[in-house]
Amino acid sequence: MESYQLLTFFITAVVLVGGAIIFAYYAAPKAPSATKSEPYECGIPTEGPTWIQFHVGYYLFAIIYLIFDVETVFIFPWAVVMREVGFSAFIEILIFLTVLGLGLLYAWKKKALTWE
Amino acid sequence: MYDFTALIGSITNLLNETFSPFWAGLIMMVSLGVALLLFYAVLGLYLVYAERKICARMQNRMGPNRVGPLGIFQTIADLIKLLLKELIYIKNADNFLFNIAPFIVIVASIMAIGSIPFAKGLQAIDLNIGVLYILAISSMGVIGILLAGWASNSKYSVIGAMRSGAQVISYELSVGLALLCIITYAGSMQFSEIIASQQDGWWLFKGHIPAFIAFVIYLISGTAETNRGPFDLAEAESELTAGFHTEYSGIKFAFFFLAEYMNMFIIAAIATTMFLGGWLPFHLFQWHGFNRVMDFIPPVFWFFGKTAFIIYVMMWFKWTFPRLRIDQLLALEWKYLLPINLMNLILIAFLTLMQWHF
Repeated sequence: MESYQLLTFFITAVVLVGGAIIFAYYAAPKAPSATKSEPYECGIPTEGPTWIQFHVGYYLFAIIYLIFDVETVFIFPWAVVMREVGFSAFIEILIFLTVLGLGLLYAWKKKALTWE
Repeated sequence: MYDFTALIGSITNLLNETFSPFWAGLIMMVSLGVALLLFYAVLGLYLVYAERKICARMQNRMGPNRVGPLGIFQTIADLIKLLLKELIYIKNADNFLFNIAPFIVIVASIMAIGSIPFAKGLQAIDLNIGVLYILAISSMGVIGILLAGWASNSKYSVIGAMRSGAQVISYELSVGLALLCIITYAGSMQFSEIIASQQDGWWLFKGHIPAFIAFVIYLISGTAETNRGPFDLAEAESELTAGFHTEYSGIKFAFFFLAEYMNMFIIAAIATTMFLGGWLPFHLFQWHGFNRVMDFIPPVFWFFGKTAFIIYVMMWFKWTFPRLRIDQLLALEWKYLLPINLMNLILIAFLTLMQWHF
């Protein structure tokens, strides 16, 4: 039953966007011109290619994020059973978060968290 | 007192008795879809109206007041205008990705809205991993934003999308960890059980100071996750024109705009459910008369009242604080919010272990 509801949400969203775009396609005026299809850059023609290299900082943050997000997923099941398991769960998460915190500290010391 | 479980159950039974299982299922799916669509559209339109009215008041001007009484039909007029605007195709743009981006953004927000509990029994889907589901689905939206920026073949869009990507994924962590604090307290990821655990007091009050810290962190990072307020680097008007949706026109632009407001609603609704007791009325300890009066107000009003309050606070942020720089933004997340959040989680685990919450 649950998967049917999820499917319903998905279809609803696709119908909403698709329907509106199809409606606009037929209802809206169409007057294409060479100037109109230029990328918008304050009226000045674009210089060089747009798909360029960007700041390396974004990659660094993406990598650190990846590590932390995977770790967060591990904490979710822990949080649910924490009360039942008791003291040993607390010690385990303490060790887990200490390792995670050391990782953050390492990234901090390596200046990975500083935007240059 | 106001329980929707019986109502929905009887409708389901009626359908099952009248029609064959296939048609009953189909009718339920269609009616659920139509209800969701209407809710989504009306809520989106009036959030835009509310934002315009509130920002006008904060800047000491009137806001929309021409279309309809107090301008309440202004956003409907805007929507019709946007529907009838030309869809411009950009030279050298990646057309497939350019067109699929609005779909991804809207799919993410509609699928997230489906699992929010509006009242007892008035919830389309009550997953046992509800919080994880909503976090996972709502973070899909950033893929749409990245694709939109990348496919537009405009430098403004690429810069906006990259900033947005870095910002959303960073603050995603804080949102997850702040919600983990409440999951640790409640011992469940199911929304109905989390609300049931707040029957004797909302977690914001019951959870002592750590819950309050988690709430503040959640509000800050939730605002950042929706690309709003002081964190709207991705669409910083004064430097990037409109960021990732610079090249979008007509109804496709409207979908990005709508998704931003619906994401704000989702963030506020999760905050309400996790910290402020969802649709539960406000109770004081032994004031039975007061509590009975509060019980008479329907839970739907409680839910939307609390959500509206949090949305108002988020709008207040936007019109009060100046925009951050990207380095300040990332430093705030990684050097302040994340370490505080990890400490807070350990503190909450300790409090739960010692049974030191009420």
